[in-house]
Amino acid sequence: MHETTKTKPGIALPPLAPGMQGFASDWASDQRAFKNVSWGKAMMWIFLLSDTFVFGCFLLAYMTARMSTTVPWPNPSEVFALNIGGQDIPLILIAIMTFVLISSSGTMAMAVMYGYRRDRRKTAALMLLTALFGATFVGMQAFEWTKLIHEGVRPWENPFGAAQFGSSFFMITGFHGTHVTIGVIFLIIIARKVWRGDFDQEKRGFFTSRKGRYEIVEITGLYWHFVDLVWVFIFAFFYLW
Amino acid sequence: MVNIPSSMDDPIPPAEVEDVELYHSHSWWTTYVFSQDAKVIAIQYSMTAMAIGLVALVLSWLMRLQLGFPGVFTFIDAERYYQFITMHGMIMVIYLLTALFLGGFGNYLIPLMVGARDMVFPYANMLSYWLYLLAVLILVASFFAPGGPTGAGWTLYPPQAVLSGTPGGADWGIVLMLLSLIFFIIGFTMGGLNYVVTVLQGRTRGMTLMRLPLTIWGIFTATVMALLAFPALFVASVMMLFDRLLGTSFFMPAIVEMGEQLQHAGGTPILFQHLFWFFGHPEVYIVALPAFGIVSDLISTHARKNIFGYRMMVWAIVIIGALSFVVWAHHMYVSGMNPNFGFFFATTTLIIAVPTALKVYNWVLTLWRGDIHLTLPMLFALAFIVTFLNGGLTGLFLGNVVVDVPLSDTLFVVAHFHMVMGVAPILVVFGAIYHWYPKITGRMMDETLGRIHFWVTFLGAYLIFFPMHYLGLLGMPRRYYEMGETAFVPPSAHSLNEFITIVALIVGAGQMVFLFNLFWSVRHGKDAGGNPWRATTLEWQTPTTPPPHGNFGKDLPIVYRWAYDYSVPGAAEDFIPQNQPNDDRISREPS
Repeated sequence: MHETTKTKPGIALPPLAPGMQGFASDWASDQRAFKNVSWGKAMMWIFLLSDTFVFGCFLLAYMTARMSTTVPWPNPSEVFALNIGGQDIPLILIAIMTFVLISSSGTMAMAVMYGYRRDRRKTAALMLLTALFGATFVGMQAFEWTKLIHEGVRPWENPFGAAQFGSSFFMITGFHGTHVTIGVIFLIIIARKVWRGDFDQEKRGFFTSRKGRYEIVEITGLYWHFVDLVWVFIFAFFYLW
Repeated sequence: MVNIPSSMDDPIPPAEVEDVELYHSHSWWTTYVFSQDAKVIAIQYSMTAMAIGLVALVLSWLMRLQLGFPGVFTFIDAERYYQFITMHGMIMVIYLLTALFLGGFGNYLIPLMVGARDMVFPYANMLSYWLYLLAVLILVASFFAPGGPTGAGWTLYPPQAVLSGTPGGADWGIVLMLLSLIFFIIGFTMGGLNYVVTVLQGRTRGMTLMRLPLTIWGIFTATVMALLAFPALFVASVMMLFDRLLGTSFFMPAIVEMGEQLQHAGGTPILFQHLFWFFGHPEVYIVALPAFGIVSDLISTHARKNIFGYRMMVWAIVIIGALSFVVWAHHMYVSGMNPNFGFFFATTTLIIAVPTALKVYNWVLTLWRGDIHLTLPMLFALAFIVTFLNGGLTGLFLGNVVVDVPLSDTLFVVAHFHMVMGVAPILVVFGAIYHWYPKITGRMMDETLGRIHFWVTFLGAYLIFFPMHYLGLLGMPRRYYEMGETAFVPPSAHSLNEFITIVALIVGAGQMVFLFNLFWSVRHGKDAGGNPWRATTLEWQTPTTPPPHGNFGKDLPIVYRWAYDYSVPGAAEDFIPQNQPNDDRISREPS
């Protein structure tokens, strides 16, 4: 990840042909297909593409299970309602969870900006705030799981209808929650490095023994935004359908 | 790094990437065991894959013994037979071929051929191997677990895969199998991301995408496909693991087992088949595309002629890769899908024949009027072309619904896929090992032993799998423990089965010649020099052989031409290395 991107001053790159041909020859030119993208960032993007297929398969499998089961599917508005002040409010917890997670994307984006401004303290603080939002999200998810388990929902059965409801719910939210948890852990690790000034001193990584750079904040951010985006789909397909 | 002045019409653009720092090992452990050097990782991957492949070879012997001489070998009971068949298939497809082509050849050849010092993230690359080893160990452990390995067939179809009637279904077998797959996929993803990013972002100066050797195009496209196809297997494995361990019913319908109503209800077994084959069909091409790429380079090098239609070859690889994601349900014609789906999938399947045939024509046209050297790699490459053509032609039969339905679940299918994705890629593996062994060790493999190995393998494979087409047309079913007395199977078919078994034993023994050659030649082979085949690609231009840590010494090579400048008129030699400056502007590179 240490490679530096430099176009030597004073040397003009050959002009590109216009249109599709120029696009193709630029893409196929030497050294890099994506000119200003570092290795780490390219790797994260391709990983996220692969992970999209994982979540895509999970969601498609869930939809197939939901459509092919013979027992009626539970009504998500009722199952996911919270009784507050003697009144059932549908989807209130999910609404808060979604709001928290989307907000965390905002703080993450700010952390990236301050990272490129080399503002150690603000970057680390915003990353920790992002991690805190993430942890809050996972905490509320744990609360939701506990509530459903108390009501008798299990991976193999549930009192509200099709057994696949419980199976899909625990599997998909569990898999997403694992992603959020991993993200929180990485955010804390990177925030600590930013705080210590590892990236200003070009300190070498413990495992990889490569010099770290502030760009890692952005790469962590890519992962974080992806996890948020996946949640939007889970929210739409699981809670709103 | 050398500073190359650049002008507007210079084919070599100015440097964008400076030298990349490498991890330098300090101890024996970090040099040879926990190595971050792609070349060492490649050898680790290859040795592990070949070791587990040897297990699968022995399993195929045991299977054949039962089929050829039913009832003679009493230790092979029906349960064991199914376990052998399952493990043979799973190991050969995933743990041998995928790991060898991508983890082995990918790791060794990508950095060298694109002119990089190493993979972009050597640490993740190292983890990739250790996770692969863990997956292999879990797989091996299932042989010693209570109840033995799973006997569900390599496709692991539910509901039978997790029922007590199937070996390993209610025991550890299926659990260990699924866990092993999950670890394999996680490990592969770490390696695969490395291969893709190295090809896209880590090339040397002058190495444009359209100058990449076809080997790299094949491995690269296969890796991209693997990164998109393995997720489906990952998801299917996780879901089946939950069905088995938590009692969920993703794939399990309401079912009665041994007179007892099971707890499962409402799941859909077809969903597993869709997920499995969404992985499983691209998997065929994940194994085939690296073989296509490697064979193109072998043919061009050993026929001393540029590859015919390089750009077409590249596009054919990419198009085959893309199409292979929309044909998966041709494995499911008999699963009870909507007939209109069959129409769609038969059409896409037959369309794949177009770019594939294009590649075969181009290989043949490369050979045409070439200066063909019948070296060991060339022999294997030629054998690949005919074998792949044979297997591909029976694919046209099986791709059509009406022909597939009666042939499905007969030995015809076994013959087809062994020809097209078993024998054909493994022939390329052998050819590639004979070809690159001098670079890896600095010595040649023994020619005589190699020729014995070639003829035994090539002729033997045909003697094994050609009769199977006939047996399949007779209606002899696949995966049956024994045929018993059936009216439609004549006695001659049984003697044919015996014949196949005897040949299989001989061909298996022939591989021992190869293994002996592989280890013996490390010390006793003829000295190879740096470029024994007089090849153009960058791996043959390294300062020392085997290549040093960092691959290219102080300066990375600069690429001035494509990989196929063989027998260029006016050139001093019959090959021009890719890193030779093109001052007198002679090259066959298409512009």
